[in-house]
Amino acid sequence: MKEKPTKAKKKGRTIRAFKRDISLWLFCVPGVILTFIFSYIPMYGVQIAFRRFNATAGITKSPWVGMYYFERFFNSPYFASTIKNTLILSLYGLVVSFPIPIILALMLNSFRHKRYRKVIQTVTYAPNFISTVVMCGMIILFLSPSVGVINHVLEAIGIPAVNFMAKKAYWRHIYVWTGVWQSTGWSSVIYFAALAGISPELHEAAKVDGATKLQLIRHIDLPLIMPTATILLIMNCGSILSVGFEKAFLLQNNLNASVSEIISTYVYKVGLINNDMSYSSAIGLFNTIVNMVMLIIVNTISDKLSGNSLW
Amino acid sequence: MSKENTAVTKKKIKRCKEDVVFDAACFIILTLVLFVVAYPLYWVIISSISAPSAVSSGKVLLHPIGFTLKGYAEVFKNDQVMRGFLNSLIITFCGVMVNLIVTLPTSYALSRSNFSGKKPITIFYLITMFFGGGLIPTYLVIQRLQMLNTIWALILPGCLSVYNMIVARTFFKSNISEELYEAAEIDGCTQARFFFQIALPLSKAIIAILVLYYGVGHWNSYFSALVYISDKAKYPLQLVLRNILITNQTALSQTATTAAARAALQEKQQLIDVMKYSLIIISSIPVLVMYPLVQKHFVKGVMIGSMKG
Repeated sequence: MKEKPTKAKKKGRTIRAFKRDISLWLFCVPGVILTFIFSYIPMYGVQIAFRRFNATAGITKSPWVGMYYFERFFNSPYFASTIKNTLILSLYGLVVSFPIPIILALMLNSFRHKRYRKVIQTVTYAPNFISTVVMCGMIILFLSPSVGVINHVLEAIGIPAVNFMAKKAYWRHIYVWTGVWQSTGWSSVIYFAALAGISPELHEAAKVDGATKLQLIRHIDLPLIMPTATILLIMNCGSILSVGFEKAFLLQNNLNASVSEIISTYVYKVGLINNDMSYSSAIGLFNTIVNMVMLIIVNTISDKLSGNSLW
Repeated sequence: MSKENTAVTKKKIKRCKEDVVFDAACFIILTLVLFVVAYPLYWVIISSISAPSAVSSGKVLLHPIGFTLKGYAEVFKNDQVMRGFLNSLIITFCGVMVNLIVTLPTSYALSRSNFSGKKPITIFYLITMFFGGGLIPTYLVIQRLQMLNTIWALILPGCLSVYNMIVARTFFKSNISEELYEAAEIDGCTQARFFFQIALPLSKAIIAILVLYYGVGHWNSYFSALVYISDKAKYPLQLVLRNILITNQTALSQTATTAAARAALQEKQQLIDVMKYSLIIISSIPVLVMYPLVQKHFVKGVMIGSMKG
């Protein structure tokens, strides 16, 4: 086998390997077929963004209109507003919800009462498992101007009731901070796991040299969880324009629509409520492409600066 | 450590002062965090068992007032909720079955280091993580397959989550050793038999993790049902919840003219509000009852996922 492999030999080897692994290949068949149908065929179908879709003609027979729908989106008043809303919501969310789980994990890690720590962890993880619908139902009930508990408390201390959901100035804060409430505990798990992997000798050595707990965190814990944090940051940046549909849609009403209309809710409304399928696909495709470009840019920057990269 | 009394300990005690402040600050902040997270949950529970009038006038703050189960009775009387609950149970059960049938063999195959399809199949799945057709093209495929208004539209498109697949693959890789397979192979064991009779029985932990992740996902999801299901009899629980909790379809539309009618109406509205709290509890029961029992599995899943595979 030492001589240079010829093409025929290579091919033969591939076939032999395939024959040897035939059952492993078969194991992959169900997943590959289903993923092909539900992920790859839609990728092919995304060409309706460049065609005037006609249900009776089908995808490939619909007339080609090129960039028409993209231009329509770029020229529509919704272009600036949905992108602005999505970006603000996403960046605000990132700035707030990225560091808080790290802080929580660092505090929990240096916390001495093990039992109490367990209680805090169990309770803070729990909201993550509440469904988006229930979460938004709770938000609306709690903030209700007539029966909401928050307004009752405000009234008790002499502040008049506020209809929070109707005030667009509050909407983004409500969206982001309830997100913090729901996901901080669970997001801290991964950092907590990374911290648990730090060798205790490092801490011992620093303690002997007279380091305070704050110094241990600053000079040992923080640098060691940076790679984990960077990877998560890159992943978050890759989805900067894909703020989840579910929560924004549920918290939306006519009074706050000017700040809560984001790309994904707009795609849903244009496509399935107004039935303008080509236009909706064009907006969706634009969104996907921006996300991919963002991911590549952030990943390249991170790779250059810190050597942490997704691939 | 304070029992020793040398110069070193004195220094230690002095040094500890900063730490004492730090520990105290930690304790206070974490207790505050605990309160902020736990109180809303606790409040929903006590409101669901309190008298409707006490809840809507804001008297219920620390403990239930005027204990009653009227809210729960109202939930059980509601046909839509009961049907939704049943639909969601069916969707979750079938969905998890399909998820396991697809995810486990795939991740096992990808965990074998000399599998010739490892690279192409991994790339095949990774692409779907970063690029997709989007809402409408996927909708058109489901429509063409005549899956609208069927359970399949909710189950098949998400049959394999790449994240869960990576978690399972990492698990197989670190728990089912090559040596074990080689030993079985010498004894004439085939790949398929090895997977079913040796690998799977050794992987109960990862099966539990996958059941939990996928199960919670199915139980809590509403977006695909919103898009693909229009037949009200087939609504999963989350869609029914949306109609009641968010768009408030139970809200009373009649206007009362007499004072008595107005009072009756107000009472009914208060009952509906309490019913919402009961509904929140009932819909979260399957997840919240399991939660303390399986918490460590959940956390384990994240930890396996965070290892580089």
